[in-house]
Order: sequence, then structure tokens, then C-alpha cells
Amino acid sequence: MSRPSGSRARRRRTPLPLLVLGCLGIVLFILPFLGLLSRTPWGRLPALLAGDVVTDALRLSFLTSIAATAISLLLGVPLAWLLARVEFPGRAVLRGVVTLPLVLPPVVGGAALLFALGRRGLLGGALESATGLLLPFSVWGVIIANTFVAMPFLVITVEGALRAMDSRYEDAASTLGAGPWTTVRRVALPMIGPSLKAGLVLTWARAFGEFGATITFAGNLQSRTQTLPLAVFVALESDRDTAVAISLVMVAVSLLVLLTLRERWWRVP
Amino acid sequence: MTSGGLRAAVVVRRSESFAVGVELEVSAGTTVALLGPNGAGKSTLVSALAGLLPIEAGRIELGGVVLDDPQRGVFVPPERRRVGVVFQDYLLFPHLNVLDNICFGPRSHGARRAEATSRAETWIHSLGLEGLESRRPGDLSGGQAQRVALARALAMDPDLLLLDEPLAALDVTSRTHLRRTITEHLDRFPGPRMLITHDPAEAFLMASEIHILEGGRITQTGTPDEIRLRPRTPYAADLAGANFIRGTAEGGLVDTGTALLRIADEKVRGPVLLTIRPNAITIFPDRPEGSQRNAWETTISRFERLGSRVRLLTAPPTPLTIEVTADAARELRLHPGSPVWVSVKATEIGVQEDERESNSQSDR
Amino acid sequence: MHRHGPHALDTSMTLWRRVSAVLLVVFATACRNGPSADEAGDVQEGVGGELLVSAAASLANAFAEIETSFEAAQPGVNVVLNLGGSSALRTQILEGAPVDVFASADVGNMNRVVEAGEVSGEPRVFARNRLRIAVPVGNPGGVAGLDDFGDERLLLGLCTSGVPCGDFAREVLARAGVVAALDTNEPDVRALLTKSELGELDAGITDVTDVTSAGGRVEGIDIPDELNVLADYPIAVLTGAQNPRAGEAFVGFVLSDEGRGILAKHGFTLP
Repeated sequence: MSRPSGSRARRRRTPLPLLVLGCLGIVLFILPFLGLLSRTPWGRLPALLAGDVVTDALRLSFLTSIAATAISLLLGVPLAWLLARVEFPGRAVLRGVVTLPLVLPPVVGGAALLFALGRRGLLGGALESATGLLLPFSVWGVIIANTFVAMPFLVITVEGALRAMDSRYEDAASTLGAGPWTTVRRVALPMIGPSLKAGLVLTWARAFGEFGATITFAGNLQSRTQTLPLAVFVALESDRDTAVAISLVMVAVSLLVLLTLRERWWRVP
Repeated sequence: MTSGGLRAAVVVRRSESFAVGVELEVSAGTTVALLGPNGAGKSTLVSALAGLLPIEAGRIELGGVVLDDPQRGVFVPPERRRVGVVFQDYLLFPHLNVLDNICFGPRSHGARRAEATSRAETWIHSLGLEGLESRRPGDLSGGQAQRVALARALAMDPDLLLLDEPLAALDVTSRTHLRRTITEHLDRFPGPRMLITHDPAEAFLMASEIHILEGGRITQTGTPDEIRLRPRTPYAADLAGANFIRGTAEGGLVDTGTALLRIADEKVRGPVLLTIRPNAITIFPDRPEGSQRNAWETTISRFERLGSRVRLLTAPPTPLTIEVTADAARELRLHPGSPVWVSVKATEIGVQEDERESNSQSDR
Repeated sequence: MHRHGPHALDTSMTLWRRVSAVLLVVFATACRNGPSADEAGDVQEGVGGELLVSAAASLANAFAEIETSFEAAQPGVNVVLNLGGSSALRTQILEGAPVDVFASADVGNMNRVVEAGEVSGEPRVFARNRLRIAVPVGNPGGVAGLDDFGDERLLLGLCTSGVPCGDFAREVLARAGVVAALDTNEPDVRALLTKSELGELDAGITDVTDVTSAGGRVEGIDIPDELNVLADYPIAVLTGAQNPRAGEAFVGFVLSDEGRGILAKHGFTLP
């Protein structure tokens, strides 16, 4: 929509309290980053970033966060569908359980995973004897920990979108001859597309930044389970400069991803 | 596509207090209108016929194929019925352009892209939608969207066409224009067609048979004239009571064949449908004073009491249904055979352009 | 006082304790009532207020008991224990956390604080600790000694380097000539102990005192003295202390017979 040109254009004035509070909010967000930038050892930065601690952690973080997002997509969308469209007893409870990882401290999530899938856990022992796969202290452990904390974002977003969507479009599709799966594929999912994309970005971001569940469940070993957040944590203990450098990498990567996924991806119909 | 018609006996319970129980038949090549007030159960019936709502009792048969028969455990899901539905708010897929919307039906039935596209283009051409293929539904006008919805339903080659309040969402100008288009295409469709509406003019003009649906039941079936002349319920009477007269307009005058009526619109020309509400007609014992009124002498041929109202039918050649209060009727001492003068103001006569050539007869 | 909550939460507790301790100190600083300047008398009298003690994780149980005894002896003082990995504690102090007393699990971290000029007076070594191998009850991995730390098939953990426990463990392994096949570097001793206890790890190298404090929940395997490290634990009052008098009193208590008795009870070697 174009505004009339010239100084006669009518603009809505922002109420002063809103402006003040909004600016305070801006400060709250920007200040920590300024703090980070003020401690950055700019001269040593290239050397620090080239070190294998950083490159291993970077590679691992990307690998696990993307894998976690993919698994979240594969399992989360059907789960969201069940919660939004299928009536079954205990649905409200299930929805609550799915939301839990959003509320619980991630370490609690990690501990729970350990109790379930650890070597002495509920299924872990059986899993190990059957497949030889040991989840804690492995990359898969990191992926599972990340998925556990991040998938709820996708489920909640997609469920909300499915509920908001007019399900009569699916009725129309079925009268035109589309079976249930075709309807989901060609009508429902495309129609919630923007929400789905926004959900995926949130999910990825959460997985990328995950710390507590990862360190508790998967452990901490360079190049195997030490993701960027863990590397920062460890570096803080001994080498602050490396910690700052890694933090900077995380901020830069996250910013890059969030900015390149342009604003239109956040639009919900 | 089969040449068979629709035979349906439908019982669906919607709530504690409301159930739809209906029996109807629509032969191939005919258009039946289901006319009723809001809440009568029209959408329920559409859903049941389309397969979106299973019936609780009864049977739906289309072209000899049973679609729904709870007693025998037969239920054909909507995607396997060939019922083309044009929804009241069109429900065009917002994420697909016009062409893909129309292709949706054929492609869902297994057609390849090329074949579906060529079929779609036939209908695009037929409905005057050229140039709109790559537009999104959000960029279409009401009339265009309506035609796309129709094309989409027709493109899948259905055995039955259901149109749910097709003109309700349109403004008056588009409505007239589109009614013509839709009627044309309906007439060309070889299978049975059902039109659901609450607008009696629509039903009258587009269908050859009308079923009146009230409170989940069909209260009257018949041709438009039968309903008009012999309404059996107050609702039907209200509908029928809107007098419909066909004629030819020219320069503010309409020749109905039996009378020459003055109307307010001086610009309209050609075949028209006039509507006059029963309570807009005045009765006088003698010729009324004043000019510029449509007035003529006639007798009362039928006299009916409906509570505090009295419904009168005047004699041919221009029978009119008139409504007066019981008091007025008593004052004027009206009874069958009474000679009276009737008059109606030009401004009280509603005028709609009508493209049908044939006169209203019992059968079309 | 026993550890609160499920053991697996200890890792988060460490982190949360750091955070909450700093936050707590911020509030405490805001409404402090320390001893008034013109109050005369013995160091024991007129000692009161809040005392923030940053202590290495291994000192958890020992210092908890010391806290109780000290508060009984000095009713006006409220000791707040801030437990964590010594390097994390050191970082906090260097970043300006208003800590009164620092008790480190190694001399290295204390020296860094001294070099920064944050220590008032001289640090004193108050306890010593050796390393010990911790294994789950029943020793499912069949671990016999340091050599097993080179076994790929076992799940083995250490503390991260940078944390005293981790650095010392690596020194010990180097002396034994073992190339460790590690599966994880836990952020601090308690996290390592928890995983061993749970059976998720076959073995980890922790302190003697940690194994002792775990009671019967882990078993210990000794490390030969000639390979082992004897870590000195220094304690000092800091120059930035808000309550130096109470701080001195506390250090005095730790070094006293009563304090030493408590430390010995928890498995520390005494200097």
C-alpha cells in the first residue's frame, strides 16, 4: 500500500510509554552483545577460530541441529496432526506432555533421557544388546537430546496452524477426488506452509543452542559430542578468549540464518 | 459418467432436537432446487450427498450405484463419489492459481498434468476465464471466483452437480449476469443437478422442480408454478406470495401478455421478471383515484385465512396473490367472487432481467 | 547437610548455584549489615552478617558440616556456600563477584587470583586430596586400575581440563603412561561422580573425598601413591571481601582443630 507522497502523509503516532518501554527492551537485547564484543580479542580471533576445538564443535553443532530439525519434521508434523485433528482419549494430557520440554529445565530433560535410554536405562540396555548402539556419549545422543528439547516447538506451531486453518478446504479437496493422504500433501500442508517454516526455524535455533540436555545425556567430548554451547562452557573455565570467540561464532551463525530466512517466512496466513 | 439420476432417502441427526429426514429424486438432465430458510438443513443435505457426512438411515444412490446405505454397511467416501460441489464460499485453494485449482479434480483422479491442463482449459474457455489462469484466488473478483469454482467442479466430470447457494456471495449486478452463465452450463450438464438456495427467485428461474425444505423435512414439491399457486405451508406461501410475472420491458412499461404495467426503471429493455410482494398491492372496491398507478378490475377467485392475515388470489388473466389484514377484508366484505379493483405502485414492482425465452410452464 | 535433590541435577545445581550465588550476593550487598566500624573487642565478638564462601565442588560435604559448626560457634554469621569447579569460581572472582573467602581445589587457580591482587594476605593450605578411580557398584566394567583407562570398549570419563580434578587426572594418566580412551569430559567432579554412580560410565577419576562422600553409591579403586597426585587445597580471604572479619574467622575455623577434624572425617589428608 502506498502512502501519499510529501509531508502530508498521515502517520499514526506511537504513544510515549510504548516507545520508552520498547527502547528499554531494545537495550536489554543489545547490551549483552555489546558486552561480548567489548571482550573480543580481535587480534587473536582468526587463530582462535581456526583451532580444532572450534571447527570440531562447529561441524558437530551444524550436523546435530540439522539432524534434530529433520527428525522433528518427520515425527512432529504427524504428531501435530494427531493432536489437531484426531479425537482420542487423553489427547489433552498428551499435548501437555509434548509441551513439557519447553517448560522443564533442559538438564532435567537430559536426566530423563539418561534414565530412559542410558546404558542402565529403561530401553537403553535392550537397545545396546539388540543393535550395539549406545546413545549416551555418542553423536546420536546429541541428536536425540536436541530433538527432545526442540521438537515441541514444531509440534506446537504446526498444531496451532492446523487448528486455525479452515478444514473445509480439505472437504472441498475430497469432493474433488483427493484421498486423505493427497489432501494432506496437496492442501493442508501447503496451506500451513508459512507456519511450518517458522516452526522449523525455531526448532533449528533451539537445537543449535541446546546445552543442558546435551551435556547431561550425551556427555562432553571434542569432535564427538562437544557442540558449540558445550565448547563455550568448557572454555569459560580455562580460556576466556576462546570462550568469547566461540560465542561470537554462535551469534554470527544464528544471526546469519535468521536474517537470510527473510521476513516473509515469518508471515502466518 | 453415467446417465442415471439421483435417488436419495437421507436421515441425519444433527443435534438433540434437530434431524434431517428427506426423500428426493433428481433425474438426469434436470435441475432441482432445494429451497428453504437458513437452518432448514440444506447444508446438512449437501454434506450427506457429497459424502462428507454419513447418513444414519436411508440410502443414497447415484446412477444406479449405491453411495451410502447404513443398513447394508455401504459407504462410499467422498473422494470416490463423483459429486461435484460448488460451495457457498467457493473454497478455492488459496495456494494454487486458477489453472491448478481447476486441474485439481482431474489430477486427483489420476490424470496426468497435460491431460488435466487441456481439460481445464476447455472449461476456462467455456466460462470466459481466459487470461486468469495464473492468478491466485485472492486476486479474483466475486464473479470470477464463482466461475472458477464452477469450472473446478465441472472439470472433474462429475455424475451429480451440487450448487450450494451459488449466488449468495455476489452483489446484485454480478448475480444477474452469473445466473445466466450458470443456468447455461447447468442446462448443458447431462447429469442430475441440484441447486440449494434460500432465494425463491433463483429457484424459480433456474430450476424445473422445487423442493421446499423446512426444519429438516421437505414440505412441498412441485414445479415453480405449482408452488406459487398452491403453497402448502406459511413459508411456501411467503415465497409464492411474491408474485412473479414475466414480461417484456420497454421505456418504463412491461408487457406481460395480459397487462401493461408501469415500472420505475425506464432504461431496462427486453425480457424481464417482475416481482410484486402481496402486501404491496392495494384493493379498492371501486376504481381508485390518482394517476400513474397500475390498476385494473378483477374478481377474487380464492380467499384464504392465515391467522390474522387474509390471502387472496385474483382471477386471470393476471392472477395476483394479495395479502390484507383480516380486518380490512371484513371491512371490504371480500369473499370469493367479489369484484374489486387492484392497484400497485410502479415503485413497488421489482424488476430483474430474465434471459429465458420460454414462458413459465409446468415442464421445461 | 546432605546434597539436595536428585544427583543428576548436580550439574545444573552447579550452574544454578553460580548464577544464584552471584544474584544473591547482589541482593545481600544491597542490604548488608556488617559489624560497625567502631565496635571494639575480640575478633570472635561482633562478628556477624553474611559470609560468601566460594569453595571447590569436592569440598561440598566437608564444608557443609563446617558451615553448621561455624554458625553454631558464631551465631551472628550466615555462611552462604558457593560451590563449583575451581576455575569457574576463579573466573567469577576475577570478574568481580563479591566473594569473601575462596577455597580452591588446586594451587594453580588460587595463584591466578593472587596474581590479580585479589587475595588479602597469604593463602593457606588447609587440606590435601588424592585422586581415586570411581566405579559403579559391582564394578561392571571390571576395572582394575589406571591401565584400563586405555580400553576402548569401556565408557570412561574425566573432568574437563581446566578444572583441577581434570588436570590432575591427566597428569596421573601421563605418569602411568596411559593414553586414555575417553568418552566424555564432565564439567565438574559431581557430574562425573553422578554418571559413574548411575552406571552410565564404567569408570571416572575423581578425588578420594568424593568417593568417600558418595557413601556406598560408588566403589573406589586406589591409585598407587607413586603415580598419584597430592593436590594442595589453599584457602584465602579476598581483598574484595564485604565481610573480612567474618572471613578471617572462617578461615581460622577451617584451620583449627575442629575444622581439621571435620576435613579428615570426610577423607582429606591434612597438611
